Amino acid sequence: MLVTEQDRLRQDIDALVERHGHARSALMPILQEVQRNYSLVSPYAMQVIADRLGIHPVEVHGVVSFYSYLSEKPKGRYIVRLCRTISCDMAGKTRIARQLENDLGIEFGETSRDGAFTLEWANCIGMCDQGPALLVNEKVFTRVTPAQVHEIIAECRAIFGNQAHQLREGLHS
Amino acid sequence: MVDKNEDPLTVRTPRSMQAPAGQAATAMPDAIGGTIRAVIDGQTIKVPVGTTILEAAKELGIRIPTLCHHPDLCIAGVCRICTVEVEGQRTLQAACTYPITAPIKVSTSTRTVRQARRHVIDLLLSRHYGECYSCARSNNCELQALAKEYGVEFFRFGQKEHRDHEIEDSSYSVVRDMDKCVLCRRCVRTCIDLQEVGVLEAIGRGDQTAIGTFMNKPLADVVCINCGQCINRCPTGALREKDHIEEIWEAIDDPAKHVVIQTAPSPRAGIGETYGLAPGRALTFEMNTALRRAGFDKVFDTNFTADLTIIEEGTELILRLYNALVKKDPKVALPQLTSCSPGWVKFIEHFYPEYLPNVSSAKSPQQMFGALIKTFYAEKNGIDPKDIVSVSLMPCTAKKFECNRPEMADSGYKDVDFGVTTRELGKMLQQAGIDLPNVPKSEFDDPFGGATGSGVIFGATGGVMEAALRSVVEFITGLKVEDLYEHADIVPVRGFDGVKYLEIKIPDAVGPVPDIIKHLVPDWNWAKGATLKFAVAHGTANAKKIMEDIKAGGKFSECHFIEVMGCPGGCIGGGGQPIPTSPEIRAARARAIYSEDAAYAIRKSHENPAVLKIYEEFLTDGPCGHKSHHLLHTHYTARGKYIA
Repeated sequence: MLVTEQDRLRQDIDALVERHGHARSALMPILQEVQRNYSLVSPYAMQVIADRLGIHPVEVHGVVSFYSYLSEKPKGRYIVRLCRTISCDMAGKTRIARQLENDLGIEFGETSRDGAFTLEWANCIGMCDQGPALLVNEKVFTRVTPAQVHEIIAECRAIFGNQAHQLREGLHS
Repeated sequence: MVDKNEDPLTVRTPRSMQAPAGQAATAMPDAIGGTIRAVIDGQTIKVPVGTTILEAAKELGIRIPTLCHHPDLCIAGVCRICTVEVEGQRTLQAACTYPITAPIKVSTSTRTVRQARRHVIDLLLSRHYGECYSCARSNNCELQALAKEYGVEFFRFGQKEHRDHEIEDSSYSVVRDMDKCVLCRRCVRTCIDLQEVGVLEAIGRGDQTAIGTFMNKPLADVVCINCGQCINRCPTGALREKDHIEEIWEAIDDPAKHVVIQTAPSPRAGIGETYGLAPGRALTFEMNTALRRAGFDKVFDTNFTADLTIIEEGTELILRLYNALVKKDPKVALPQLTSCSPGWVKFIEHFYPEYLPNVSSAKSPQQMFGALIKTFYAEKNGIDPKDIVSVSLMPCTAKKFECNRPEMADSGYKDVDFGVTTRELGKMLQQAGIDLPNVPKSEFDDPFGGATGSGVIFGATGGVMEAALRSVVEFITGLKVEDLYEHADIVPVRGFDGVKYLEIKIPDAVGPVPDIIKHLVPDWNWAKGATLKFAVAHGTANAKKIMEDIKAGGKFSECHFIEVMGCPGGCIGGGGQPIPTSPEIRAARARAIYSEDAAYAIRKSHENPAVLKIYEEFLTDGPCGHKSHHLLHTHYTARGKYIA
């Protein structure tokens, strides 16, 4: 049977709604999971979620636009967020930033073409005593040096390559 | 958070015990009971627990300025204009959100309060594109009024001198100018809570916040039903209707054009407000003179086609009942839903498209008139329909969308060229230097002539139902409505309850079938002893309740006929009516309409001589006949709520 991308998204959301319930308060966990699984909350996803929770799509859009961890546009598999606030700045965030841009070939606010990385600024992540600090998805890295940046990226790339391979396998089996 | 030095009496109740936003705070005492003493500016008052400071002050006659607060909407507390000093509280408090739950001492106009309010206004002005001279809301702007009241004489925090947003005018009805928005979120609460349409919401965060639509799409591309209720509640010029004043003046000034105007009942009850009169004074016949003075060639009464709508829609209902009950046709969709309100029609097209077969195929009075002016009237008076410019005065912004629907061209031309709102016409008459309240009275023009009381009450919620019942009851029972209801006032369908329900039992003795529909139904024997069920809803939030009930197979699914109006209060509360609006203002306008109804000699649509005549002369195959189907009926578009 042909399953379109929209059908699959709808089924996924239905499963999430089943798990989190139909109340308005289920919106945040559902959005977080959709963001995690799809790297974005697409306009179609917002409308399906709104329909299932009995709220208006524009309300869902309002929430998605409010939180910087939810996005309307596709983000990379790995979102690298470098802290830009004062402690990390004094601890040498600029060098880390340059290194990240060099290694990834993208600027802050951009996503790499292969969809692997998004590079973003973050405001304080509470690691002021261990700067410069950055986040890769939900993992925290502290006292980062330019050399480490290289390692972190390489590790992510290795996993990403693996996953991409598995994904292809899965589709053909 | 409780200050140690605080008076123990003024300790705030935990959040869970506060009156929830959106509910009348006065609903609380039943649960908790008792009253509480509040001292506001030295005056003492006892109020039920949970009353807000704002309400208590109002009781005392103390005015606290507000901006984001609106009597029709839930409490938001976002603008902070209503800040007051509460003894024992470290910071100023918003009077609109502060529930009185313990004895309290409030000062509403200390130096601190005045200064804070002034700062709030200064801050609002610093982000407001204040082109007051050329603004549609000049002199009717709450921000302007506040600036004046608090003596703003310079821009403390600067002034917005350049636009950040383009004016969004994709919609036929509503124009959004976000540079004038002060983020009070009244439109958001109107759209989401009051109307439950859900088009507008605050998008973004912090200083990037702006009121937007889903994915910031143009208003024309989202599920907006064009009801214009957001315009009525916008404190500034950020929302307004699409204006056609210049096009109409151009047509009036063109000697080759024959410019006619039809006027709906509700604007008559509201237009006085644009001249500063108190709500509730109808200026029907003054307006006729004023319109002729302004240059309109003919002034017609939309009530004529309101009566015609009753005949067409009533006949359709009788046919549906007959086909369902006698011919046992399973395809007949009941209950029949009214189709006069274009906001409601677009609402059902978006949200309940599966119920479109239930919507009466009869056009709204505006569109019926449009089709007749460019056919019947043009023929009768030897005017080329292409030279006719047909204007309609409506209390409604959705009528602008309706007259631009592609299917509304059954005369071979655009049936209605321009729909203007009460507000726009008020401006036009003022531009023409006409002192509306003081011009002499005059009648409507023939051949459509005056109307009946039934047409007039279309303006208030329940009006279409009352008008339809006056005719249908007489048709079937052969009795006079006056015998059943005093003065033919069918009171149960009147009033502002969100949803009204009525049952009428047809007696065992029925009358003869009136000539006008004799060819459609042979007799009434099938209706003997039947109980007909009716419902009335106003505001799309109430319509939604009814539709959900029908979906679930509840009591309303057994109704035969349901009147739905898109706006709270019906057309008198329409999105094109003068600003401001409130339950009291709408009630005053409704009173004006009902007293006008009572003054008519003929009060039933089927007794309107002009209507009877048009079935003799023009629509010769009768109600719901071939010709009336072509000109007076329409079809709908299933739009759905998903946006690509």
